Amino acid sequence: MFFKCTGYKMSEIFNKLYLYFQFPFVYYAMIAGILIALCSSLLGVTLVLKRFSFIGDGLSHVAFGAIAIAAVMNLTNQLILVLPVTIICAILLLSSGQNSKIKGDAALAMISVGSLAIGYLILNLFSKSSNLAGDVCAALFGSTSILTLTITDVWICGILSVLVVVIFLLFYHKIFAVTFDEDFMTATGVKAKTYNLIMATIFAVVIVLAMNLVGALLISALVIFPALSAMRVFKSFRAVTICAVIISVICATLGILISILAGTPVGSTIVAVDIVCFLIFSAAGKLKG
Amino acid sequence: MTKSEPLITCQNLTLGYEGKIVISDLSFIVNKGDYLCITGNNGSGKSTLMKAILGLKPPMSGRIILDGGLAAGEIGYLPQQTMIQKDFPATVREVVRSGLLNRLGLRPFYNAAEKAMAEDNMKKLGIDGLAGRCYRELSGGQQQRTLLARALCATRKILLLDEPVAGLDPQATADLYTLIETLNHEGITIIMISHDVDISSGYATNMLRIDENK
Ligand SMILES: Nc1ncnc2c1ncn2[C@@H]1O[C@H](COP(=O)(O)OP(=O)(O)O)[C@@H](O)[C@H]1O
Ligand SMILES: [Mg+2]
Repeated sequence: MFFKCTGYKMSEIFNKLYLYFQFPFVYYAMIAGILIALCSSLLGVTLVLKRFSFIGDGLSHVAFGAIAIAAVMNLTNQLILVLPVTIICAILLLSSGQNSKIKGDAALAMISVGSLAIGYLILNLFSKSSNLAGDVCAALFGSTSILTLTITDVWICGILSVLVVVIFLLFYHKIFAVTFDEDFMTATGVKAKTYNLIMATIFAVVIVLAMNLVGALLISALVIFPALSAMRVFKSFRAVTICAVIISVICATLGILISILAGTPVGSTIVAVDIVCFLIFSAAGKLKG
Repeated sequence: MTKSEPLITCQNLTLGYEGKIVISDLSFIVNKGDYLCITGNNGSGKSTLMKAILGLKPPMSGRIILDGGLAAGEIGYLPQQTMIQKDFPATVREVVRSGLLNRLGLRPFYNAAEKAMAEDNMKKLGIDGLAGRCYRELSGGQQQRTLLARALCATRKILLLDEPVAGLDPQATADLYTLIETLNHEGITIIMISHDVDISSGYATNMLRIDENK
């Protein structure tokens, strides 16, 4: 009885998925989701270890503000505005936050909360949308926006992802070294500042991409959880990086599938799967000793 | 001793943080092949001086002249144990290889010769058996050897060591001192900050004592 029952359910699920994947927007979402998850996990280890994770929140708020302005300006492609603004802020924050910790934090808080407030204000004052609350919610939590991607969006996402991955691979050893010990690298003649800028730029691109998938408020989770999970079990930088990427892609895939089947919001479902994964890896790390 | 060749010349150096002077009007010369030991109380500015020599901290006044053959990329450094993240996932090999980074330039990956050099340096410091181990799980002495191997990957000319034996047990301390002495005999100039004047003065060719409010 029981087996028959679950067997029936399983095939029902597959039928439902099969049906959904007849729609282009569903597999667009799947492709974009996997690419974004891959990119966002790459820099996770660095951001966690350099205590930069808080910058993720700040930057995503900046991106939110920029999206609000782009929406009011009726730009057909919001990226034209959002990407450069976020990159510039990333560079400003990472280079100012380096030496004077406290000043950096205050600057971050100002920029981040400021953009959130201004963005919401601008939307309220100028937006002609009939569903303002819905739009804002989508920008903050990602809700359903990933399911409205066009083929152009998927292409842009694909190109940016390839760029992020290639740059990461080319600078892999430099990113490791500068993350591990910036002072040593500067002392031995390595241009650590330049590599910090490169990391800031990659990170800004990732944030802007990830806005589509999980929304502004959940980006940090997407970046940090896979890295934290991998760090529980693996002990070399390379193993942790590879494992984080695999975790992130699997969690995003599962999250998107679950959200399609259960009708839950995409972003928070992915993050929920990431959290479950983190708990499993924590337990595994404890067992391993 | 051969004819002395100045490697580092400090002239009337004044160092400090945001207007607070830590070291004032300090002048000294480090010659090629020297083993200089810097001592002084906690907070007297030893680490600050080392950072100035490394170019990490610009002096408030005075000059630091590096010998022409000594570009920034040729100084190996063993930082005081604090900055390195205690939960960093990295193997000994990954850490040692990162010392080769100043050779990479625009190249993205290490070549075979560079990798061999990292293996050589690990062997020399007796940590080749630990190459695949996680850095954060090693003993203090093993961690210092790892960082020393990394510094040797960066340079064969001069090593700056900031309290390399802090927190080590007596045996590991003695081993590390012997190792540093061997490196010095191979022609590497050593500048070392140390707490225990008695032991280190046995090895050093020159001593520099930094006092507060000098
Ligand atoms: N980043 C910094 N900012 C401000 N003051 C500092 C900083 N680093 C060190 N100091 C101060 O400079 C003095 C010398 O420090 P340091 O060079 O670390 O001493 P030592 O290595 O001899 O123990 C101390 O009074 C310390 O408080
Ligand atoms: Mg010190």
